[in-house]
Amino acid sequence: MPERPVLRLLRRRLLQLIPLLIGVVVVNFCLIHAAPGSFLDVMTSDNQVTDPALIARLRTTYGLDDPLWLQLLKYIAAVAHLDLGFSYRQNMPVFDAILAHLPATLILMLSGLGLAVLVGVTAGIIAAVKINTIWDSIVSVLAVVFFATPSFWLGIMLTVLFAVKLRWLPVGDMTTLGADGGTFAQLLDVLRHLVLPALSLGLFYAAIYARVMRTSMLEVFRLDFVRTARAKGLSAVRVTLFHVLRNALLPVVTMLGLQMGTVLAGSVVIETVFAWPGIGTLLFDAVSTRDYPMVLGIMVLGSLMVVAANLAIDLCYLWLDPRIEVG
Amino acid sequence: MAPALDVRALQISLFTRVGVLPAVDRVSFTVGAGETLALVGESGCGKSLTALALMRLLPDPPARIVGGEVRLDGEDLVRLDERTMQGMRTKRISMIFQDPAGSLNPVVSVGRQLVEVIEAHTDLGRRAAIDRALELLDLVRIADPRSRFGEFPHRLSGGMCQRVMIAMAIACGQRVLIADEPTTALDVTVQAQVLALLQRLQGEIGMAMLFITHDLGVVAQVAQRVAVMYAGRKVEEATVDALFAAPLHPYTRGLLAATPKAGEDRAARLTEIPGMVPPLGNLPTGCAFAPRCPVAGQRCWAERPALTEAAPGRLVACFAADAVPDRIASDAAVVGS
Amino acid sequence: MAMQPRFEMMRRFLRNRGAMMGSLILGAVVVIALLAPVVYPGDPLRIVGPAELWPFQDARFPFGTDALGRDIAAMLAHGARTTLLIGILASAASTVIGITVGAVAGYYGGWVDEAAMRGTELFQTIPNLIFILTIVVILGPSIAHIIVAIGVVSWTSIARLTRAEFLTLRNRDFVQACRAMGLGDGAIIVGEILPNALPPVIVLSSLIIAGAVLFESAVSFLGLGDPNVASWGKLIGDGRELIRTSWYVCTIPGLAIVVTVLSLNLIGDGLNDVLNPRLRDR
Repeated sequence: MPERPVLRLLRRRLLQLIPLLIGVVVVNFCLIHAAPGSFLDVMTSDNQVTDPALIARLRTTYGLDDPLWLQLLKYIAAVAHLDLGFSYRQNMPVFDAILAHLPATLILMLSGLGLAVLVGVTAGIIAAVKINTIWDSIVSVLAVVFFATPSFWLGIMLTVLFAVKLRWLPVGDMTTLGADGGTFAQLLDVLRHLVLPALSLGLFYAAIYARVMRTSMLEVFRLDFVRTARAKGLSAVRVTLFHVLRNALLPVVTMLGLQMGTVLAGSVVIETVFAWPGIGTLLFDAVSTRDYPMVLGIMVLGSLMVVAANLAIDLCYLWLDPRIEVG
Repeated sequence: MAPALDVRALQISLFTRVGVLPAVDRVSFTVGAGETLALVGESGCGKSLTALALMRLLPDPPARIVGGEVRLDGEDLVRLDERTMQGMRTKRISMIFQDPAGSLNPVVSVGRQLVEVIEAHTDLGRRAAIDRALELLDLVRIADPRSRFGEFPHRLSGGMCQRVMIAMAIACGQRVLIADEPTTALDVTVQAQVLALLQRLQGEIGMAMLFITHDLGVVAQVAQRVAVMYAGRKVEEATVDALFAAPLHPYTRGLLAATPKAGEDRAARLTEIPGMVPPLGNLPTGCAFAPRCPVAGQRCWAERPALTEAAPGRLVACFAADAVPDRIASDAAVVGS
Repeated sequence: MAMQPRFEMMRRFLRNRGAMMGSLILGAVVVIALLAPVVYPGDPLRIVGPAELWPFQDARFPFGTDALGRDIAAMLAHGARTTLLIGILASAASTVIGITVGAVAGYYGGWVDEAAMRGTELFQTIPNLIFILTIVVILGPSIAHIIVAIGVVSWTSIARLTRAEFLTLRNRDFVQACRAMGLGDGAIIVGEILPNALPPVIVLSSLIIAGAVLFESAVSFLGLGDPNVASWGKLIGDGRELIRTSWYVCTIPGLAIVVTVLSLNLIGDGLNDVLNPRLRDR
């Protein structure tokens, strides 16, 4: 009985994961050693640690008196045990701090991407169906402009307009301080806070997806099976939304997979603009206070997130395109 | 009895950047129920455009019907609005195409694509539609329809894909089937099977079939009558037997001479028709075939020959046609040697 | 006859309205950048006037002043220098790295290719801005470090493209002929294959400049830019506290970024149209 493609894919991906993560850790290691000051300084945030017992223990854990290669191995071992160091700024292990802030970032990322796909794909479909008309031009111009717009600046401009001038939406944060009310009211509160950040993050990607979708739709329109669908007497709407769309979406899904890293990075900046309590805020804090363990820890976990997201996209693609044989 | 399909003076033009080109120039023909008319010609002669025009599926831009009528059981399809025409497609007139695998949606199962057309044109619910789909798959001789139902097109062979296409085309009891080179992309053995299938279905359903091809060998197997097109015009029409026995138009004779026949001396070279089809923007005044014609006279260069009835049921557009019977005898001698 | 194709390409580029507009805008930005020390001599970051002056109020400060009383127009002009400098150098750095990796991987194949691809994958997995911030934090905020950081993060797309080109070109007849003539690998890679592989790489390079501008502005916005130079991102970052009253401090430099990146994208598209002729959509 041949192995199901899903399992094969999972197995292949997991095997790829390990050297990739080791690579990230090695890069981390190199960066640590590129820093001015010693490894110990880095791991204890510029001598914020004064307890000699703790310092001694750190020396043994990371083997600071050992040759470089041994240090590397010990570092890899530490990371494998999810020990990414200790953050004095947050006063907790790096790993725990990141985990605590992860959900907020995930909410932002997913909303931003969801918005991007919805807006971008719809715009692309409109541009393709109404090709060479004013709608096509509008979509193209908007796409080209939003593609050139830094998302953090867009966030600030949206804040000025909607939060400061019009006062429709809150200025920042994820929730309103001191707000109670039932779960539904709380959910609504979060959503209100989510609108501007998600828009700021998503519109850049919406521009990309609009362009890709338009091109993809136009290419699919030319294929033979679309002619067959029309010959079957199906309405134009059905032909476009059922037959063409399913095929045209595939490149967009592929593109999504390639962009996971940039989206995560993008949400980092957006979070600082909106004081959204996710990993971005954590990173900004760490960067401002030279909290090296935190900065490096975020890089490692961020990479892990990207790999996980890629896997999810791959599975999605497998489900969407029956022609893919994972081998 | 009125023909199922009656095409009168169909005109199709291509609106391109270099100008308006006459792609199909006042072509007429009829196909009766239970009958097969073959439409023959080289690539670029306008036969595929004619077929697409009957379904109102011309790619616009650049192609458009600019004149003529297409009467399906008396109703003119050219005048219909798009909505109504959608209701006609596959329900009253359907079409199958050349590349069967590419003509099916790769990400949807064949069963689903079949059910789709059934649900679009009948009142059958999902369950009933699936049953009908399975019946149809059986009718087109696909083995084990149930297991094939959920398959995707890339898992099926070319022959099987074409059978699925045929099933979709006949699913709603249509009157006319247009087959545009349905076997050209298939292996010879599969080709024979598909042709046999089409003939059997025609016998069972009584549908009129317009069969488009460039291959005269196939024509002999599947059609009763044949029309020959050249540079967008119909140049000859006859029953298959009559055409093969005594082709009247020099182009038709050229085509026949270029077709390998069973029993012929293997070492003999196939006769080519010299020259090339003239570009649509640069058609000669007079007969379009004159530059390549072995018997072209002065009149042929100056005047366009109209379609005349050389004998009952035989049409030909050629000034030299009446002089032909003698020539046929001498040409037959040439071919035979 | 060799001049003809190049002439033809230039004509096509000039006929592309977007590319022309982009070139004009970029030209204007370059002129501003070059003239900045002439029109606004001295340190643009010094205090020259009253704080939070709105644009068009005072002829001396057409774009107003910021929270400290610094001339926004001066900072804008000098910021153009920073932006273009970092953009071009970072793009150059990533192009060099990318071409090297891609050429070697595409030409030699085998385990070299495998290793290069793994490396590319690694650098594509680490989230780019996070990587840049990490490098700049550790090495220290300065223009040089920012250029290195952006370069480290941007070379992968060039490597992939170069590799693809080399994979196609290495089996061509003219390459076989060169080998037969006894030319060494290096000479073939640099002298024969590379010139043919360059056109799409050039297009990508120009788009990377746009990306570099966006990266640099984000880094400066977050406070990790070189503190001694004016930068558009820094202006936006400094102006954050003022969004309730003097939001122009954020708006103006942002518009400058949008316009510059837009022009780079338009030029990139125009180059793409000219150097990679393909079936056009329209």
